[in-house]
Amino acid sequence: MADKVLMKGNEAIAEAAIRAGCRHYFGYPITPQTEVAAYMAKRMPKIEGGVFLQAESEISAINMVYGVAGAGFRVMTSSSSPGISLKQEGISYLAGSDLPALIVNVQRGGPGLGGIQPSQSDYFQATRGGGHGDYHLIVLAPASVQEMADLTIKAFDLSDKYRVPAMLLADGTMGQMMEPVELPDSVDTLKVEKPWAVTGTQKKREHNIVNSLYLAPEKLEQTNLERFERYKAIEENEALYEEFMMEDAEYCVVAYGITARVSKNAVIAAREQGIRVGMIRPITLWPFPKKAIADVTDKVKAFISVELSMGQMIEDVKLASSCKKPVYLCSRVGGVITTPEQVLETIKKTAGGNE
Amino acid sequence: MVVFEKPKSLTDAQFHYCPGCTHGIIHRLVAQAIDELGIEGKTVGVAPVGCAVMAYDYFACDMVEAAHGRAPAVATGLKRCMPENVIFTYQGDGDLASIGMAETVHAATRNENITIIFVNNAIYGMTGGQMAPTSLPGQVTQTSPYGRDVKTAGYPVRVSEMLATLEGPEFITRVAVNNVKNVKAAGAAIKKAFENQINGKGFSLVEVVSSCPTNWGKTPVDALKWLEENMLPYYPLGVYKDRSAEEGK
Repeated sequence: MADKVLMKGNEAIAEAAIRAGCRHYFGYPITPQTEVAAYMAKRMPKIEGGVFLQAESEISAINMVYGVAGAGFRVMTSSSSPGISLKQEGISYLAGSDLPALIVNVQRGGPGLGGIQPSQSDYFQATRGGGHGDYHLIVLAPASVQEMADLTIKAFDLSDKYRVPAMLLADGTMGQMMEPVELPDSVDTLKVEKPWAVTGTQKKREHNIVNSLYLAPEKLEQTNLERFERYKAIEENEALYEEFMMEDAEYCVVAYGITARVSKNAVIAAREQGIRVGMIRPITLWPFPKKAIADVTDKVKAFISVELSMGQMIEDVKLASSCKKPVYLCSRVGGVITTPEQVLETIKKTAGGNE
Repeated sequence: MVVFEKPKSLTDAQFHYCPGCTHGIIHRLVAQAIDELGIEGKTVGVAPVGCAVMAYDYFACDMVEAAHGRAPAVATGLKRCMPENVIFTYQGDGDLASIGMAETVHAATRNENITIIFVNNAIYGMTGGQMAPTSLPGQVTQTSPYGRDVKTAGYPVRVSEMLATLEGPEFITRVAVNNVKNVKAAGAAIKKAFENQINGKGFSLVEVVSSCPTNWGKTPVDALKWLEENMLPYYPLGVYKDRSAEEGK
């Protein structure tokens, strides 16, 4: 029997992580994601082997994650935009050492200290790696409290499967809003052997080394090439998206997370006015659902990228559609959220050819 | 009869350290302690960024290479998920006392049950001899070419004294490896720092005053003389905190 409960998005992440077998959480307070830490602080000490630790900084938290991930246990940290910037060093090391872990970013407005209201302006940072070096994270973008839970569980599985750190990219709205969520009693999580983990040799094997340093350039090149083979497999197998009213669509809205929720209303309203518009909602931002966009490119007249940034995902839409059709931007930034009216207005302008 | 042999907790890899560098001695002391306590199979070491960056190739136990200064945080993660294992970090002065100061202080104040070997040679070695947080007043380095001017560069940090002011840590001591007597004492301190962890006593840090002939621009023998005349007066050897001993346990 699954529990159906009313929960904040941030709490759903925490509870889902625990049900996915995560027993180690390291964090540092920052709005608007502090409920994740608060929930973990309450729950972890009551669970066998549960560890909650408030680190002295985001930098320390991600390095504690690095230690636990190196030992092969499921582990996570969460933060919001400025804190995620601080974690980038550690995230790069996780990627370079091929360690699975979950990083949650409940985005707020930036740059700098920015604000505490919802934003999607960390898209580039999340989908292009974020720290130094050639690497990717598996990036999942929930659009409901239910998905906050479901994609948290999925993120752990994908991260373990490919030895690639995963990021749940939410925003302040997703973190703070309450919705009913169904939580599975037991999660059938992926069980992956981790023979590389540093758990002590027990004098039965050669020593394991968790490391991202390769002084011989050919060796370092080799590790990069091998890692990109895995990235290729992820791109081929793991892209997720939702299509909405796309069957006969002449215009395609592309939106994720909270803006997809807003845009859905606008699409319905536009349909009522006779405009044949649909929506593609990327659920994985990396891998970006390129094929879904490419497949509709010849059928539609234009794309509209709706996002809470000055235009970041729009670049992926242009790349995926090979710039064959115009791509327009509909956005608000700084913590302001697009309204269905604004999206509808953009759809109407696009359909009228005036945009 | 074997009178001298390489500790089993060291691999056969050849050290990359410069002639006269004391890292070799300290590695040996750490490996010897691990051997004597019979903990090789459950020990996980954390290497720093600095001269000892490749310590992961030298210790035969499982090893993690941490980001610069972050070893105490990585060790915290390892210890929290594997409380039965023995976790140590091996760090230099730039790693531990400059970029990683926050991680060091907070691991100490949490009394994190880990062992830290802190090698203080008053200079950044790996990058070619820049001023360290522990470089002495007046000390000439690549980035203090006119000598460390305390008016602009501040004073060297006495890590052991500072950490001993905290309520948290179990054991803080400063040793040196400049002569046979001190090497023996250093070995005993390192072993005690591991025993404390095994006995669940908590954070134990051994600061090892050591030499860097290459970047000090001295012969190995002159470097040890410089250490005795300059470092030891500023960094006096001794036990700065030993809670169990103080509490008579």
